[in-house]
Amino acid sequence: MIVASPKPVTELKEIVAAHDKILFVGCGTCVTVCLAGGEREVGIYSYAMRMARRLAGRPIDIEQVTIERQCENEFIKDLAPAVERNQAVLSFACGAGVQALAERFLNRPVYAALNTQFLGILEDQAVWTEKCLGCGDCMLAQFGGICPVTRCAKRLLNGPCGGSTEECCEIDKDRPCAWQVIYKRLKGIGQLDRLEQIVPPKDWRPAWHGGARKIIRQEHRV
Amino acid sequence: MTAAHTQPGASAANKGAWEPEIIAFCCNYCAYAAADLAGAQRMQYPPNVRVVHSPCTGKIEMEHILAALEKGIDGVLVAGCLEGGCHFIEGNLRAKHRVEHIRGILDEIGIGADRLRMVNLSAAMAPTFVERVREIVDTVTNLGPNPLKESAQQGVVSK
Ligand code: SF4
Ligand code: SF4
Repeated sequence: MIVASPKPVTELKEIVAAHDKILFVGCGTCVTVCLAGGEREVGIYSYAMRMARRLAGRPIDIEQVTIERQCENEFIKDLAPAVERNQAVLSFACGAGVQALAERFLNRPVYAALNTQFLGILEDQAVWTEKCLGCGDCMLAQFGGICPVTRCAKRLLNGPCGGSTEECCEIDKDRPCAWQVIYKRLKGIGQLDRLEQIVPPKDWRPAWHGGARKIIRQEHRV
Repeated sequence: MTAAHTQPGASAANKGAWEPEIIAFCCNYCAYAAADLAGAQRMQYPPNVRVVHSPCTGKIEMEHILAALEKGIDGVLVAGCLEGGCHFIEGNLRAKHRVEHIRGILDEIGIGADRLRMVNLSAAMAPTFVERVREIVDTVTNLGPNPLKESAQQGVVSK
């Protein structure tokens, strides 16, 4: 899922400083699961913002709503009346959701309440780790299902580097060396021979280096 | 959550002077029982505290605390079991982290973290309960009224 984290209240206060009637929109999908932008966080940040603004002598009127998904027009369109009766929108979705709102509601500012971080998983209670960069040409089959593109700090495709230890990556003691994980995993599934092959340089064209990507699936078009 | 005990601010109305209004969210298995015991033993503590009976401090959502402060309450005490003694194993540890998070927000928005405090005690620790109540009443008395109090009482609160 997409993992995000909330911006500090101080920054949000700056962002909405010009408005005194605003719509806070939560998203019921990824950011709800990662406890950053669901109904609950919208509630908590509304309390904080109202109090902060009252203390600053400029009360703010906040309307709260959380929709199923902010990245799909089907769910966004019902927001129109609420957007209309407010001066601006503070979106608690990932960057994609914020932009979806911004492109739909042309006459209202739409601001991001979260810092969108990465594609990852819930590793432990309230601990998320990054697993995929969305490189557009997945190589997981070669590496026993562990992504060196994302999880090796140097993105080595023929690792490990000289600084690797069994415990951790040389750049961060809290992070396992991706290549140690790859080695253990390939050993476990009897595919250590894969390490004999030299992996050629990665073709980055399918990744975002060519600008924002677009996918069209003709078989599902109407 | 159920009933309240004492009448907060009752003495303030009589004297016309500001007296802190404190909410104590008390876990059923420790602080609530300790407050009960304190009462049964006729121990005196400031009447500024309204006790809110909670099944566990882990059940106290951040929104409950923020809502109380937005409505103008001067201080909030979250009273749970001793660490390691939670009847739901880790409810009080969850509460501790939530309280810390809200204290950070309170500092950020200018209300001040000191208006919110979490304490740990057992059901038998009535004197400790009384002491913690006195401490937060003192702290909040020194801080003065919640700056949101006035506008809250004018009905500005929207929720
Ligand atoms: S190889 Fe690319 S698509 Fe596959 S997990 Fe790694 S970053 Fe993601
Ligand atoms: S220690 Fe491992 S993960 Fe870290 S940079 Fe070197 S090979 Fe990559």
